[in-house]
Amino acid sequence: MGEISTVLVLGSLVAYTVALISFAVDISALGGHAPHRTVRRAANIAVAVSWLGFGMHAVGLVLRGLAAGRVPWANMYEFSLTFGIVAMGTFLVINRVRDIRYLGVFVSFLVVCVLTVAFWQLYVEADGVQPILDSYWLGIHVSVAAASTGLFSVAAAASALQLLQHRQERKVEARAAVAAPVPVAAGAVGTLETVELDTVDTAESVETSGAGSAGGTSPRRPSSFAGRLMAQLPGSESLERFAYRLNAVAFVGWTLTVVAGAIWAEAAWGRPWGWDPKETWSLVIWLVYAAYLHMRATVGWTINRFAWFALAGFVALMANFYVVNVFFAGRHSYSGL
Amino acid sequence: MARYAPEGLKGSAPSGAPAPSGAPRGLGLRGWLRWGWRQLTSMRVALILLLMLAVVALPGAFFPQRPQDPAAVADYLEANPGSGELLDRLGFFDVYASPWFSAVYLLLFVSLIGCIVPRTWAHAQAMRAGPSRVPRSFARFPVRDEVEVARTPREVVAAAERALGRGYKRRTGRVQRGDVETLEISAERGYGRETGNLAFHLALVGLLVVTAWGQLVQYRGQAVVVVGSSMVNSAVDYDTFDAGAWYDVDSQEPFRLRLDDFTSVFTEAGRPDAFTADVTLSRPDGSETATTISPNDPLSVGNARVYLTGNGYAPVLTVTDAAGDVAFSGPVLFLPQDTAYTSTGVVLVPDANGGDPQLGFRGQLFPTALYAADGTVLGSTFPQPDDPVLILNLWTGDLGLDDGAPRNLFVLDTTGLTQATTETADGTEVPLELVLRPGESVELPDGQGSVTFSELRRFAAFDVRWDPSVPWMGLFAGIAFLGLAASLFLPRRRVWLRVRPASGGSVVQVAALARGDDPGLQRELDRVVAAVAPDARRRSTTTTPATRAPRRTPTPRGAAAEREARDDG
Repeated sequence: MGEISTVLVLGSLVAYTVALISFAVDISALGGHAPHRTVRRAANIAVAVSWLGFGMHAVGLVLRGLAAGRVPWANMYEFSLTFGIVAMGTFLVINRVRDIRYLGVFVSFLVVCVLTVAFWQLYVEADGVQPILDSYWLGIHVSVAAASTGLFSVAAAASALQLLQHRQERKVEARAAVAAPVPVAAGAVGTLETVELDTVDTAESVETSGAGSAGGTSPRRPSSFAGRLMAQLPGSESLERFAYRLNAVAFVGWTLTVVAGAIWAEAAWGRPWGWDPKETWSLVIWLVYAAYLHMRATVGWTINRFAWFALAGFVALMANFYVVNVFFAGRHSYSGL
Repeated sequence: MARYAPEGLKGSAPSGAPAPSGAPRGLGLRGWLRWGWRQLTSMRVALILLLMLAVVALPGAFFPQRPQDPAAVADYLEANPGSGELLDRLGFFDVYASPWFSAVYLLLFVSLIGCIVPRTWAHAQAMRAGPSRVPRSFARFPVRDEVEVARTPREVVAAAERALGRGYKRRTGRVQRGDVETLEISAERGYGRETGNLAFHLALVGLLVVTAWGQLVQYRGQAVVVVGSSMVNSAVDYDTFDAGAWYDVDSQEPFRLRLDDFTSVFTEAGRPDAFTADVTLSRPDGSETATTISPNDPLSVGNARVYLTGNGYAPVLTVTDAAGDVAFSGPVLFLPQDTAYTSTGVVLVPDANGGDPQLGFRGQLFPTALYAADGTVLGSTFPQPDDPVLILNLWTGDLGLDDGAPRNLFVLDTTGLTQATTETADGTEVPLELVLRPGESVELPDGQGSVTFSELRRFAAFDVRWDPSVPWMGLFAGIAFLGLAASLFLPRRRVWLRVRPASGGSVVQVAALARGDDPGLQRELDRVVAAVAPDARRRSTTTTPATRAPRRTPTPRGAAAEREARDDG
């Protein structure tokens, strides 16, 4: 059963890689010759293949748990699988409600990296756990940690895109400022006032209707690849709000991770908090994201700073998993490596 | 957080730097204190402190910490004598008790209290006062609508009140202008958002306070118990014992714990699968209870908890000296060194031969011995005692125990000792190895006596801990978690209606405003509009969907409104 699980997860890795390529093709098509196609075939293929990968991934994870006779997130290999599936699942489920295929290339890239590292460096045979891990808290503490990590990952993808989008918007604004007082030729697109607003509207239409069937065609098309591409993605403020919602949910999840971890530590190690390296890093991550939430609730910051903070938190999160588990001696050294 | 104003829209306040500007001039001491307090409780300083706390917590993950691992600190100091001493003086080996770490978190909590207390008052007042007045103009709210309906204003108001339901606190008013009577509703829901926010922050303060209290009164002791023997919950009976400054001997639950048996289960690959200590608990009232302790399953005795933290083997040895007298007899703790429980231990026999010479043994225990072709033991292959072999080296001389200096009982200090050797067949001298299995006895060379390995027992290491703050920590952590979830996910919304009569019905203006990010605000407005005006003719299409509006080049007022809408504690 352990072998079948491994084969299935490898299959999902292949599927995600195909999805990554298709998403990239879609993105380059958006930035290329045909900015306002109504059907994004490559993106649709990518989403379908992602679902296929997700299915194999899910079955693989369940079989892994059956093979080991416990929840399938007790070592670094399995944790990678779990938070990878949460990231991909979050993306796919939200994508059913609103079109976020533009994030697919980020999310699939991330999940492909996570699974590759898991196979290449972290793989261990399915087996039971040490007595100290043999507790129902393993099911609670670690699953919530993995789910939060997955959510933070998707949010980080949105934050990264937000920063890229902001750069592009500044360029567009600079260009619009040059041509600012000139109104758009009357009659061409009646409701639009300036070139810039038109760009915005196009972006929003993509976000809402999805297929890029923008109502108004831009009278002055962006000339660069990035310009054409980014004009069809949501604006940076919209991306920021999207990232915030995910980060808020993930932050509550991370709080639960820390609290559940403390309760478990009290039962297993005889103290709720002992400044184990992993505990310290978890607190640091919590503080960085707490600062992010406070900042967002205060007047006077630009939204770019939110993105930088969220990304800093995400870097700490990844360091906590890949660096602290492997290189720092502590009570959380259960990687099985 | 001087800039924080909990109540909704703050007009077109300029969105400048959040910290109060400019130090006061010529205000005297009081002025300066007031200025300093405002700075400390401003959101900007709180943010800086939050990030500083993250920064100052990190060294504890990079440098070994004395409370967690004193041996690692000693190693570090030995390896880096110069920089190590400097770091030590700066507190890098006990970061979480260092003055700079304490300063940051204490300032952060002072800032937090200074921010939260006024907000708690303001919130209590707002809850008592109920919804605020209806704004004169709805034009500055992005989420608004205006419809004409064929109902009288009173019918509209009744329908709106029904639609708003019990979730909203609301207030209905009348404004008479000339002979036109306008009806107004001001409704607000989601006070729980701010309540949760405040509860979260106050619970953090509670968490800090109970943790500090726990540190002061707690005690913790460690004891190693061999199967068949007992430990008593008393400071003198522990191998290590530490307690807080306010520790009171009376807080120590009186009990005795006897280790009856210790069982361990390993998989075929040698991975531990289960550890169980069978113990008998004796209380002063004479009651005896047989129970078990295992990892993740501590034993609660009154308020104290007993944790199983380690285990190993203790061979029972008897040493007789040259005169044939028993100089030592009892179990000796051997500490496991690897996953196959290859263990090392030391036997000190200061009483042998009347103290001259004394005997010392350094030994290795292999629970399941692996043999080379010539029969010598190479190592242990499995942690269970399937074929235990004990190998001892003998040292004679002065053990150096009489100078009163504390000694590690698991290390044999060989200064002043001579190792017994033996000659191999080809005449080279090699250290003497005494090989023993349970039940066996060997003679020491030159008639110095004998060693008997009578049986192999298990030992268990227990931590006994009493910290009365733990349940309180759980309570405050739970409140903090629920408060956090409420403050992030409960929508705080205001809905205003203004209804004036028109020919053949009424004109209804509706506006809605949310605190923080609220994707459902537009839906909520649409719901209210649909309830009051099922047959509405839309008068204007000024509605901007809140969730989708790009607002990248908004009017100045719109920009302010949106900033305010985002403003949230």
